[in-house]
Amino acid sequence: MTTIAAPRNAEMTGERTQRRRRSVARPLLYGALVLCALLTMLPFVWVTSGSLRSLDEIRSDPGAWLPQHVTLDNFLRLFQTEGFGRFLVNSIVVAVIVVAGNIVAASAAGYALAKLDFAAKRIAFGAVMAAMMVPFTTVFVTQFVITVDLGLADTLTGIALPGAALPLSVFIMRQYALSVPDELLEAARIDGAGEFRIFFRIFLPLAGPAVATITIMSFLYSWNNFIWPLIVAQSTSSYTLPVGLAATSQAAAHVTDYGLMLAGAIVVMLPVLVLFLFLQRYFVQGISGTGMR
Amino acid sequence: MTATIGPTTPRGARRPRGARRTAVAWLFLAPFALVFLLYTAIPTVAALGFSLTDLRGTDLRHPLAVNFTGIHNYLRLLEDPSFLRDILNTVLFVAVGVPLTMGFGFALALALNSGIRRLRGTFRTVFFAPVVTNVVAVAMIWQYAFNAGGTVNKVLGAIGFAGPNWLDDTHLAMPVVIALGVWRNFGIAMVLFLAGLQAVPQDVYEAASLDGAGRWRQLRHITLPLLMPTTLMVSVLLTVFYLQVFDEPYLLTNGGPLGSTESVALYTYHQFGAGEFGMSSAASFVTLLLVTLVSIVQFRMLRPRA
Repeated sequence: MTTIAAPRNAEMTGERTQRRRRSVARPLLYGALVLCALLTMLPFVWVTSGSLRSLDEIRSDPGAWLPQHVTLDNFLRLFQTEGFGRFLVNSIVVAVIVVAGNIVAASAAGYALAKLDFAAKRIAFGAVMAAMMVPFTTVFVTQFVITVDLGLADTLTGIALPGAALPLSVFIMRQYALSVPDELLEAARIDGAGEFRIFFRIFLPLAGPAVATITIMSFLYSWNNFIWPLIVAQSTSSYTLPVGLAATSQAAAHVTDYGLMLAGAIVVMLPVLVLFLFLQRYFVQGISGTGMR
Repeated sequence: MTATIGPTTPRGARRPRGARRTAVAWLFLAPFALVFLLYTAIPTVAALGFSLTDLRGTDLRHPLAVNFTGIHNYLRLLEDPSFLRDILNTVLFVAVGVPLTMGFGFALALALNSGIRRLRGTFRTVFFAPVVTNVVAVAMIWQYAFNAGGTVNKVLGAIGFAGPNWLDDTHLAMPVVIALGVWRNFGIAMVLFLAGLQAVPQDVYEAASLDGAGRWRQLRHITLPLLMPTTLMVSVLLTVFYLQVFDEPYLLTNGGPLGSTESVALYTYHQFGAGEFGMSSAASFVTLLLVTLVSIVQFRMLRPRA
């Protein structure tokens, strides 16, 4: 009895001191976390309050933290701005091409890399890894020359094509496909099903989560992509939203129309942030699985 | 010929099946392979070729006017004071940005992994939100907040400091650019560290606390050593990111004032914009070289542990 009681007592006192220490540390920890969260949120606070202030108000007191009179005037002016609707439609069209391309190309390639046995497989996988590593600045000059040669300069297809089969998506699909048991595919093979039938009928229906991650990651890539559309789009008719927004703000810079810029910033940010709030799991999986956006 | 050495029938029967399998597999790979060839493989090789020529934007329709110039572009780079300045700027961005990003990411991961329950998901959402936020939009917000009469200076004014015009100051523009980089990326570091922390077996800590090791000693002697692979991976990832930094300086300052925030990637872009495709390619190969070096170091450091 006593021999059992002794360690139990020690354990309990240990627990008690730990609890006491925690009761001091907890509020401190929460305080620090809340402070960090507020600092992180600052830009979102600025953009929300700034976009709701009238141009006159911003001009007379650019640094005020809150609007004196809340107005949607900036958003109204934004949607009346020449070409803005066009930029929005262009961004959506490019995103649709990119997402569709990634689902098709990455599902097929990822499946082959994980589940098929073939010559030069290691080279193919090496190419996927290499493609993730090559800096954009190394390839964009030739990418542009090729785009011009293909007659795709200043077109939405030209903007979408380089991102239509992201190595990141292939990697995500391959990792997922590795977890699908071989027995399932082998059984179908014994039943005489062809490789394409196995892929479409057996593998794809199982690959939902990976397809979801790829959809989100490639949408994020396409919607936020900036340099490449900036290079390819030469006339406002093929500007995507970020390019159009940057151009609008540069045009507005000498008159510093912050109201218009901030309203535009909200329109660009909002779709992705809303998606993120609802589908956070996929964003975090996609990015932490590969460390890339 | 070789078939006569081994048992003939099974091998002969398997071979066409293998070839067919390979053909089918490459059909699956075709869409990706096509885009890869067109937009990664050919451009990388071509960039090396371009960097050895005097190719200009105006030569695209007259390929015969292009001359092979050897390493002339690279020599010009080494003699260009603005390129050397841009290398220093990029190194500064990496040297300050990587530790800051990792520090914030690690501290927040520790805090979120300390057993707290309430608001844990909310905090994670908030800290990860900058990662998915559009950079063009954020850059505008930062310009609005950091202009001479902006919200940041309003706060400084309230506590008695005269705020500068941040983005027009050769000494202050770079810290703002770096801060934007850190803000955008610490969420990635946090999530990767969280994953690493959750992989540390809990009983190691229990054993250590029974031995009387306090929180601090547990962190130093258990968490940090066990987290080493994650730390290395995050540091290499961020270094590779930051060596290519473009969006932040382009959007906030376009490299200014007086080139004080121009990165190597931005130099590459400006050369391209000036029609100097050869010089642009040479500069981009310097980036590729740096990225490759960092990756090799990564593999060297990770291999003995793996």
